[in-house]
Amino acid sequence: MLDWNILSYVTFLPLVGAFLILITGSENNARWVALWTTLATFVISLPIWIYFDNSQAGFQFVEKAEWLGGGINYHMGIDGISILFIILTTFLMPLCILASWKAITTRVREYMIAFLFMETLMIGVFCSLDMVLFYLFFEAGLIPMFLIIGIWGGANRVYASFKFFLYTLIGSVLMLAAMITMYVIVGTTDIPTLMATDFDSHLQIWLWLAFFASFAVKVPMWPVHTWLPDAHVQAPTAGSVILAGVLLKMGGYGLLRFSLPMFPEASEYFTPLVFALSVIAIIYTSLVALVQKDMKKLIAYSSVAHMGFITIGIFTFNQQGLEGSILQMISHGIVSGALFLCVGVVYDRLHTREISRYGGLVQNMPKYAVIFMFFTMATIGLPGTSGFVGEFLILLGAYQVSTWTAAFATTGVILGAAYSLWLYRRVVFGDLVKEDVKAMLDVSKREIAIFVPLILVALWIGVYPDPFLDVMHASVTNLMEQHHASMELVKSTMHAAK
Amino acid sequence: MVMPEFSIASAEIFLAIAAMALLMIGVFKKEKAFKPVSWLAVASLIVTALLVLMGDGPTQVTFSDLYRVDTFGTFMKVLALGASALAIIMSMDFNVRSKMDRFEFPVLIVIATLGMMVMISANDLMSLYLGIELMSLSLYVTAAFRRNSTRATEAGLKYFVLGALSSGMLLYGCSLIYGFTGTTNFTLIAQAVAGGTGELGLGLLVGIVFLTAGLCFKVSAVPFHMWTPDVYEGVPTPVTAFFAAAPKIAGMALFIRAFITPFGELVDQWQQIIFVVSVLSMGLGAFAAINQRNIKRLMAYSSIGHIGYALVGLAAGTEEGIRGVLIYLSIYVVMNIGTFAIILSMRHKDRMVEDISELAGLGKSRPMMAGLLMIFMFSMAGIPPLAGFFGKFYVFVAAIDAGLISLAVIGLLASVVSAFYYIRIIKIMYFDEAAEGFLDPSKSLSIIMVAAGVFIVFFVAYPSPLKDSAAAAASVLFQ
Repeated sequence: MLDWNILSYVTFLPLVGAFLILITGSENNARWVALWTTLATFVISLPIWIYFDNSQAGFQFVEKAEWLGGGINYHMGIDGISILFIILTTFLMPLCILASWKAITTRVREYMIAFLFMETLMIGVFCSLDMVLFYLFFEAGLIPMFLIIGIWGGANRVYASFKFFLYTLIGSVLMLAAMITMYVIVGTTDIPTLMATDFDSHLQIWLWLAFFASFAVKVPMWPVHTWLPDAHVQAPTAGSVILAGVLLKMGGYGLLRFSLPMFPEASEYFTPLVFALSVIAIIYTSLVALVQKDMKKLIAYSSVAHMGFITIGIFTFNQQGLEGSILQMISHGIVSGALFLCVGVVYDRLHTREISRYGGLVQNMPKYAVIFMFFTMATIGLPGTSGFVGEFLILLGAYQVSTWTAAFATTGVILGAAYSLWLYRRVVFGDLVKEDVKAMLDVSKREIAIFVPLILVALWIGVYPDPFLDVMHASVTNLMEQHHASMELVKSTMHAAK
Repeated sequence: MVMPEFSIASAEIFLAIAAMALLMIGVFKKEKAFKPVSWLAVASLIVTALLVLMGDGPTQVTFSDLYRVDTFGTFMKVLALGASALAIIMSMDFNVRSKMDRFEFPVLIVIATLGMMVMISANDLMSLYLGIELMSLSLYVTAAFRRNSTRATEAGLKYFVLGALSSGMLLYGCSLIYGFTGTTNFTLIAQAVAGGTGELGLGLLVGIVFLTAGLCFKVSAVPFHMWTPDVYEGVPTPVTAFFAAAPKIAGMALFIRAFITPFGELVDQWQQIIFVVSVLSMGLGAFAAINQRNIKRLMAYSSIGHIGYALVGLAAGTEEGIRGVLIYLSIYVVMNIGTFAIILSMRHKDRMVEDISELAGLGKSRPMMAGLLMIFMFSMAGIPPLAGFFGKFYVFVAAIDAGLISLAVIGLLASVVSAFYYIRIIKIMYFDEAAEGFLDPSKSLSIIMVAAGVFIVFFVAYPSPLKDSAAAAASVLFQ
């Protein structure tokens, strides 16, 4: 254990960088400050992983300070479920800054400030052990993301940014109402205390639905996913990476942190609903992805499908399913982020995302073709890549609970292979006929520097996932045992009532 | 005959004397009196605030129980005095530029503020009415202060006619309450209500309804809000800035005092009224503002909505609820003053502009001003970590604690709708192509907007001073 408040340092260091950019002048300076800040944050976040005690199920690196009073405190801490998301965030941020190096030319300072502010909020979400603090970080993320899409986005950016903002807000306020209700009942917003509280089973249903409204929009689940394709298409490349890489994970994380441990009966009760919505999401959005003409839109729909797997995994309540879904979230954060970066590479050169405008890139951009190929395989879930491990564990868990769900979900894997490979074929293979496509240059050193770490991590998870699974093992087991214990309790009281 | 204890009301007495003195100074100096009188008015408001703070202590009554000085009063008075002082400072440059620089303006604001203090400290239906009329009459004149502008005089007249109507209703309510309880004193009414029988209830209830109607008019709550958009748009902008802050504080203070002290026992009865008023205000504030093009009109609807949120806390009828209202109002006043400091800086070479589309491209031409307005808009929409979120949070906690879950959910959903027009302003500033830039804002306006912005942003880091003083103020009402 470390004896300094490492979580607070990691969370608020990006804000210091944002402040430095605010008070200093030039645009190039802003880029460098942002890069160094995010790199420093990544380096400082590594001791969290190194000093993390894998054998403990409870919260570690805990910090607590007086804040609003009345049972609302500044309470930070992490367990095996949240730690990997923090590392994922700090890992992706420097790459996002690098990806925006040349793509962003207007209002660079404001852009970098928005990104650094965003990083603070994302890390804060995963560290908070107080509901009000969590809500604060969760909701405040709307501000920078709204601006990132709206100011630096594509042609239809206003529509996309408003849709993103209002969709997320309407889900969140319902969650806020539920949080306040819990606060009024228990008298504190402390998350560990609330996890140990048994809520009345009738009330659990309402609270679960309110939380689900927020997380389902964020994940996003069918049918409230429609903001995502718009937001992804219009956002700048790095914005898409953050959106797919981290923001969507907040939804999955929220289900793991709140819905499952706090409302076990309601979670069990609504499992068929979640399974149904997830299966629809997987099959429907995969089919929609097949017919997309826009590269980013295709990947956005594939994200919805992949997140469908994750929600299935979470609601299996067994070891494989839960661990698989956490690992799949990390993997998806890296792989889909990388795919958006792949799109960004060609978009920077030709300024279009239309699939039919490309073709034959393998001839003049061989390195790019290799990179794109790797991530296409990873998103399909080829063994040896990170996508395989998570998906396999989820399906393994799902078969134990519901064969039908698992069977339907598996068709999604096939469809996923279809749209991914077809996208790859249309963009990279074929004849190189168009003049402007012929003139495109292969990936630069800066771009390779972005992709290499992503490839390495995706391979690492694919070949040797143990370090990742070991970290979450104790906490997931604990979560599962708590869940089963409370379900046993419910059964025995019902039995006694009879 | 026993002399009343004047010392308890020393702050009010000082302000009354100061107002007279300012009037004399103005009359004798005639021309060029505007600036010195304005600054002196600000100074006397600040001194009054200090006197109020020094007099803070256990609850005391004076003038034959007509007047009550307590911590709740201290909180609201300091807030109202501060808002009035800032309104005078904000008005100065504008008034000089638009040839409205007559010394009566600050004097009227001072007298109106005196009326507010009487309202806040009212412990009797008589002092209640006295305070309301002192404030309202000054406000009517202020509204029509720009005599040669048709729009302003029309707004002033509208305000006066409707205000007179609402005063009539209020008086009728007072007379009913007096008729059915036999007293005008709040404490004695409370006793009569507590020991009352069923017959006492109905007539009294009608009285309360009329009283509510009158008070709703003063704080511009639906369905007595009709004057607000027209008056906000018609009167000169500094007057709008003043109207949007201090009178609302005094009106809400009176609302709280009149409902909690004498009618605290009847909470089940009036809770439904406040519930409906609150829902309607939040709803109208959210939906009617969507199509507005004039920023002052938009702020009018936004203020209606905000009063609806503040009333959520009153509807709870608990100590926690009142604390929520006080926190909400304080934060609302700061956001509002900051926003109006920016609206007053929307100035081209020769004219002031009020159209929202004039803000286009402000993010590029005036990044500082745009950044601050963005902070205020997000805060008004209730997005954390800005202060506006905490205002909403506390009233909703109180509402749910009092079992009004539906009210809280309606309020939260209305806040999503209102977020739409707040972020539309941000969209215009940042996403749209640039329009003609504004001139440099004056120094005093810059300081005010930056200070307000700092408060809104950093409230999250250090919330306890406001929260604790609001809690102390709320607790004396329930002793």
